[in-house]
Amino acid sequence: MALMDLANPTRFLALSGRVLPWLTGLALATLALGFFLAFRAPEDYQQGETVRIMYIHVPFAWLAMFGYSMLAASALGILVWRHPLADVAHKAMAPIGAVFAFLCLFTGSLWGRPMWGTYWVWDARLTSMLVLLLLYLGLLALRSAIEDANQAGRAAAVLSLVGFVNVPIVKFSVDWWNTLHQPASVFRMDGPTIHASLLWPLMLCALGFTLLMLALHMAAMRNEIYRRRLRVLEARAAAEAAYA
Amino acid sequence: MFGEHGFFILACYGVSAFTLGALALWTVLDGRGVRRRLDELEARGVRRRSAGRDA
Repeated sequence: MALMDLANPTRFLALSGRVLPWLTGLALATLALGFFLAFRAPEDYQQGETVRIMYIHVPFAWLAMFGYSMLAASALGILVWRHPLADVAHKAMAPIGAVFAFLCLFTGSLWGRPMWGTYWVWDARLTSMLVLLLLYLGLLALRSAIEDANQAGRAAAVLSLVGFVNVPIVKFSVDWWNTLHQPASVFRMDGPTIHASLLWPLMLCALGFTLLMLALHMAAMRNEIYRRRLRVLEARAAAEAAYA
Repeated sequence: MFGEHGFFILACYGVSAFTLGALALWTVLDGRGVRRRLDELEARGVRRRSAGRDA
């Protein structure tokens, strides 16, 4: 069966209906194990107990960027292949990505206060992450501002592709500019600089949150497919009522 | 709990759990609402043209 055949809304509903409960369960189990290990892990020698914030802040940051990358990939599906499931995936991801970007900024701000002495500073990493949140909110606003769903989808796809330039800026901002935010300490050319006792719980939490984001996205896509079917049926019911 | 910075740690985890829980709840309730309205329409005999092929 070709990949494009699988990307059919009806097949997606059938497949996701079977996968979603397992994906949700696996996400919650992975998060439970990750947090268990995270709260048993030693304190950081400099940051003390506040290092516990890392186990949620870092996955939120990664997933805010991952979510936007998925938006950009879906945007290609909308503009190049005009595939309806790409538009569904795009629309479903925007609010989820916005929540992860907001939580990244919120937890980072509360981590910054005891460590840096301030909740916020306009350095390149924090500012580019704020721009990412604003891009997510802009996409939500754009879709709700345009009445025609196809036009709204194409406009949102163009905006998300243009905005994708911000994702490498978020990632490399700590290397390109002098920032108060620390440089990358996990995904580095010379390997992670975090001790294994902190790194493993972090990776498990990141995996758990990734599975959770995928489960939420799958559920939101199912809702969007049903919503589009509902719109068609409501239009048909209204037409039938008008002819009767 | 968690020393002098307990407030910051608990606030991070608390707000994150609340926000993600609210997002999950909104997703579940949204899905239920849409499917309930679809079922009502189908019960009234309004069906998609491709409904037979999908089954």
